[in-house]
Amino acid sequence: MERKSVLFSLFVHACALLLAAVILAPLVWLFVMSISPAADLTAKPLRWWPQAVDFSRYGILLSSIENSAGAAFVASLINSIVVAGMATIAALALAIPAAWAVSRTPAVGWSLYMVIATYMLPPVALAVPLYFGLSHLGLLNNVFGLALVYLTILAPFTTWLMKSGFDAIPREIEAAAMMDGAGLLATLRIITLPLAAPVMATSALFAFLLAWDEFFYALLFTSDLRAKTLTVAIADLAGGRVSDYGLIATAGVLAALPPVAIGLVMQRALISGLTSGGVKG
Amino acid sequence: MTTRAWLLMLPLLAVMVAVIGWPLVDTVGLSFTDAKLVGTAGNFVGIDNYVKTISGSNFQRSLITTAEFAIISVFAEMVLGVLAALLLNQQFYGRTVLRGLMILPWALPTVVNATLWRLIYNPEYGALNAALTQIGLLDAYRSWLGEPGTALASLIVADCWKNFPLVALIALAALQAVPRDITAASLVDGAGPFARFRFVILPYLAGPLMVALVLRTIEAFKVFDIIWVMTRGGPANSTRTLSILVYQEAFSFQRAGSGASLALIVTLLVAVLAAAYAALVRKTAGSNA
Repeated sequence: MERKSVLFSLFVHACALLLAAVILAPLVWLFVMSISPAADLTAKPLRWWPQAVDFSRYGILLSSIENSAGAAFVASLINSIVVAGMATIAALALAIPAAWAVSRTPAVGWSLYMVIATYMLPPVALAVPLYFGLSHLGLLNNVFGLALVYLTILAPFTTWLMKSGFDAIPREIEAAAMMDGAGLLATLRIITLPLAAPVMATSALFAFLLAWDEFFYALLFTSDLRAKTLTVAIADLAGGRVSDYGLIATAGVLAALPPVAIGLVMQRALISGLTSGGVKG
Repeated sequence: MTTRAWLLMLPLLAVMVAVIGWPLVDTVGLSFTDAKLVGTAGNFVGIDNYVKTISGSNFQRSLITTAEFAIISVFAEMVLGVLAALLLNQQFYGRTVLRGLMILPWALPTVVNATLWRLIYNPEYGALNAALTQIGLLDAYRSWLGEPGTALASLIVADCWKNFPLVALIALAALQAVPRDITAASLVDGAGPFARFRFVILPYLAGPLMVALVLRTIEAFKVFDIIWVMTRGGPANSTRTLSILVYQEAFSFQRAGSGASLALIVTLLVAVLAAAYAALVRKTAGSNA
């Protein structure tokens, strides 16, 4: 190990403090806005910490009184969970067999690369036909329609992650099970899928986060409480006539909680997923 | 074996053809018509849409805006990300906690990030105006997102804040793969800190960083969400990137045909960009092998 001088250590600590401040300041401010009385947020000079902490906005947004701001928010929250959940399950159901097939039979790999290449497509290149198609099927402003469209983003991504997961499981284990008389389905069920469980979990979390984050298609294809997702609801709040900035901030905190919790708990798995997918891709 | 593989891939491929392949083909068809979003199917107009789009000043201006946004924000994210990773690879108190915090901006939904920065930049009550005035750097409150001169830069700051931590985490994972005896040996050989970074550490970073660079550039080129929420392309169209322009053309003005041609031009630009990068990645990988 090289020896570090005291001065260098001081410099490192100062930089670390600066980095922590850069990362935390906007996030802490979002939370402080959500618990500050409206008057404090429009005071000049601005009050950086509320005189009286006020959690009432969380109650307002999570209430289910009809026609209130809360009802709209809760509906969009439920829509986000339903759409992201359905799209994630469907994406995995499509991705797992396909990824395993490509991993074990590289000859068909080119079709997967075509699927992955669609990542380059800007969503605007598909938006107009998808709009016509959903409208034709009566799936505009519908959670099923939106979940279906989300497969354009989720399915290629999960297939890519799952393939690198299956690549890491040696074929010899499968071959040994088959040698012992297990059929293909039994081998997959007893050997391969349990070994791939961690990758499946990571892929599912990534897919859920992607769907939770999606805005463009939701903006185009949903119009009211029946299907509007959280991201659209928040953009409406931010761009609308809401005069209480604290309410907008509260909606932001609530929308950020699930992905931030997932991110913190799953950090190690997420990063190894990102880097391994990235390096091998 | 191959038949079985195709059978297993069939569901995925069928769905992809339905939700990506067919819409893409349909977009190509639309781009040669003057179809409107509502009403008539439109007439065949040949390459009119493409000619009008490419020669139009809106497209050229949006292309420049998009390039500015993509180049500056991705470059800044790469530099800040590598610097943060080098820092996070040093010894200091609270290192584990700080590494954990880096995931937060990445996890924050894009729309929430945009909303948060919109509040920070608020011209009347925003935190940025308040902070700069209180420490004496600013005389009067400014409308950061409302002036053409500062809007794009303000968007880039918000985008960088969300994305540089991810670059840092990817670079950190690569740094941790650098064998300690190699850095120690270079120290013994008398390499200074810059030589050490350039010749010992950077080769390990190049691969993962190239991938991050490609993905971030493609994403930055397609950028829509953050701009829509913060400025909707304004003020005076100073932040109208290509995706925003397509959205306006196809959905606000309901010109589906001309919007489709614009969307395909954007797709082509992204594809060219990706191909150029792929060649570059192969070259980098080759030089390290």
